[in-house]
Amino acid sequence: MTYLVGLVMALAGIMGLFLVAKAQDGGMAFHGSLFVAFCALGVFWMIKRHYEAAAGDYDFEGETQYNNGVVRAGVIASLFWGVVGFLAGLVIALQLAFPELNFNLPWTNFGRLRPVHTSAVIFAFGGNVLIATSFHVVQRTCRARLAGDWAPWFVFWGYQLFIVLAASGYVLGITQSKEYAEPEWYVDLWLTIVWVVYLLVFLGTLMKRKEPHIYVANWFYLAFIATIAMLHIVNNLAVPVALSGSKSYQLFAGVQDALTQWWYGHNAVGFFLTAGFLGIMYYFVPKQANRPVYSYRLSIIHFWSLIFLYIWAGPHHLHYTALPDWAQTLGMTFSIMLWMPSWGGMINGLMTLSGAWDKLRTDPILRMLAVSVAFYGMSTFEGPVMSIKAVNSLSHYTDWTVGHVHSGALGWVGFVSFGAIYYLVPKLWNRERLYSLALVSLHFWTATIGIVLYITSMWVSGILQGLMWRAYDSLGFLEYSFVETVEAMHPFYVIRALGGALFVLGSVIMVYNCWRTIRGDLREERRIGTPAAGPATATAAE
Amino acid sequence: MAFKHDVIEKNSILLLVLTLIVVSIGGLVEIAPLFYLESTIEKVKGMRPYSPLELAGRNIYIREGCYNCHSQMVRPLRDEEERYGHYSLAAESMYDHPFQWGSKRTGPDLARVGGRYSDDWHVAHMADPRSVVPESIMPGYPFLAERPLQITDVAAHLRTNRIVGVPYTDEMIEMAEQDLAAQADPDSDGAEGVAERYPGAVVSNFDGNAAELTELDAMIAYLQVLGTLVDFEAYEPEANYR
Repeated sequence: MTYLVGLVMALAGIMGLFLVAKAQDGGMAFHGSLFVAFCALGVFWMIKRHYEAAAGDYDFEGETQYNNGVVRAGVIASLFWGVVGFLAGLVIALQLAFPELNFNLPWTNFGRLRPVHTSAVIFAFGGNVLIATSFHVVQRTCRARLAGDWAPWFVFWGYQLFIVLAASGYVLGITQSKEYAEPEWYVDLWLTIVWVVYLLVFLGTLMKRKEPHIYVANWFYLAFIATIAMLHIVNNLAVPVALSGSKSYQLFAGVQDALTQWWYGHNAVGFFLTAGFLGIMYYFVPKQANRPVYSYRLSIIHFWSLIFLYIWAGPHHLHYTALPDWAQTLGMTFSIMLWMPSWGGMINGLMTLSGAWDKLRTDPILRMLAVSVAFYGMSTFEGPVMSIKAVNSLSHYTDWTVGHVHSGALGWVGFVSFGAIYYLVPKLWNRERLYSLALVSLHFWTATIGIVLYITSMWVSGILQGLMWRAYDSLGFLEYSFVETVEAMHPFYVIRALGGALFVLGSVIMVYNCWRTIRGDLREERRIGTPAAGPATATAAE
Repeated sequence: MAFKHDVIEKNSILLLVLTLIVVSIGGLVEIAPLFYLESTIEKVKGMRPYSPLELAGRNIYIREGCYNCHSQMVRPLRDEEERYGHYSLAAESMYDHPFQWGSKRTGPDLARVGGRYSDDWHVAHMADPRSVVPESIMPGYPFLAERPLQITDVAAHLRTNRIVGVPYTDEMIEMAEQDLAAQADPDSDGAEGVAERYPGAVVSNFDGNAAELTELDAMIAYLQVLGTLVDFEAYEPEANYR
């Protein structure tokens, strides 16, 4: 098997060389060389492994029962891409407040950098968190080592290659312009290969399990992996102009393409940013609180109703457009129904803290996880409200949508990821505890204030602009020109950038804390929640 | 209870298959009918495929990520119709692979921007948006005027569009190379052919630089055709009621 894979990679690398030689555009040539380098390194790694194994230097079962190496790599990648993605967001937020920062160059303009930000936070940061945590959780809850020897590493490095191809493509102007699905056809094909291997590794581990039941977190991870595969393939159906060029034309057009895109787009939220991260919630909240999941029955209802209803919600992105009314109404109806399973999940997560509420005072990691679930509840309430057509006629096309997305992305996805990372780092590197819990607390407050500034400024700017667009004067004329409404946004764009800067600062604190933890340092600090005069202790994480 | 969830929890393949069935239903019910319900796309007069230059401009519009800030979808709301014009029809994007409806209006909607400003205005606006709209926060695109329009094989772009359903004729594909340049050169021999093959196409020296065919020529050609094709005099919304 290993030889076959090595051979396939070598052949793929040679094919890549032809691509580089025949490429129609500079971007394709650059991406071809990246691909060749990837294949060459992969083949080199496999040969090295082969000789190590032959010489008996390498124990295929590894140092422990579990494959922790790939999880460690995933955590480091998450930290790296997190800071990169948040910084990209800060840059484009500043560009909206101060347009001179676009520098009027193709590679630095807002239009090309915005997808860099969205892809970096969703796919690079979020994706790495999901891959790392799913590999951790599935091994522990199945009491089985990850399936495959090279396969988990192929998933990890193949996914990093996807990120680099996607992001460098945007900067070079390679995009198919479908939001959150911007990468062109050949990058999509590559991701499909990586994703199928991911599904096989995950499924293979489930099949090896020594536990009779599949734990609930794994249902969510499995639904996330399988559904994303379906969405990704259908939404990216396209015909390339030439096999040696980056440009393609989508298979679908106009209204059908629009609904396919938002069927994908909303379920990128539903399955990538929700189902996957609910998998994180169902493992890490009980672990950190040291309590069982609140309700088994609720988790069953939660799971099936959430995955069934989410898929229908896409059309609420297309209210009052040329999409037929029946589809809009269906989308709205299901979006409102979606409120119930969402809150079912929130209740299941929060109530898991029953009997452990006092830990919120002393454990900033648990606080981060609990607040993430609270943000999840808040944004899954706001979402259904915004999906009502009357509300949507005001909110659509404005910053309200941007604020809504960020209360979910920063509050829910961000915080639940940070909580999981803080839980994982000491475990994976065999440290007694994190370097500093006080720094976790500092991160928590910095980021929380950042989020509050972000979403409140976007509420005000979004509703203000929506109202200005539809304002009439006493003579029955439109009161404001479009650019007057743009001008009115300036103060809120500055506040939003400030909120974003605080969020970035928080993530830098996290990276520092994790780095010191990995190095093996412990900061002498007073246990949180004890009076200053109390006994100092270095073992705050009990 | 006769049914036990245990069964699913103990079989990973069953869990996977049931999940895939459950997540397929919504998409099938909502998306599939759009391909066969006749009322989805209105019957209109005037829609035609993009001319080669407009298509090239559209690809630059996509490349620069204009859709991140500009929608192309006027909603049937009083203020939008007064601000932008007639609400957008599904028919108006029937040849758009992919669609460009957008999701955010950091800048104004562009669905009906065609013919609203002069070519000169667009040239100045692209070079430095704040030179014509002082409060604008749009990035400048001065490089478009300096870059020659480079397409390896424009006929291949038309052919690919035909594969995905855009009705380009053999003649259009054959003449694509010539039409590409002729649309930006009103004095050329091919200019008439462009107007013939692509009714309503604006033939103009878009960027004011007659010596060279630039990316700015293509971009302005695309902007000038947006929302101008459908003949609303002949459009009867009632005809589409089912």
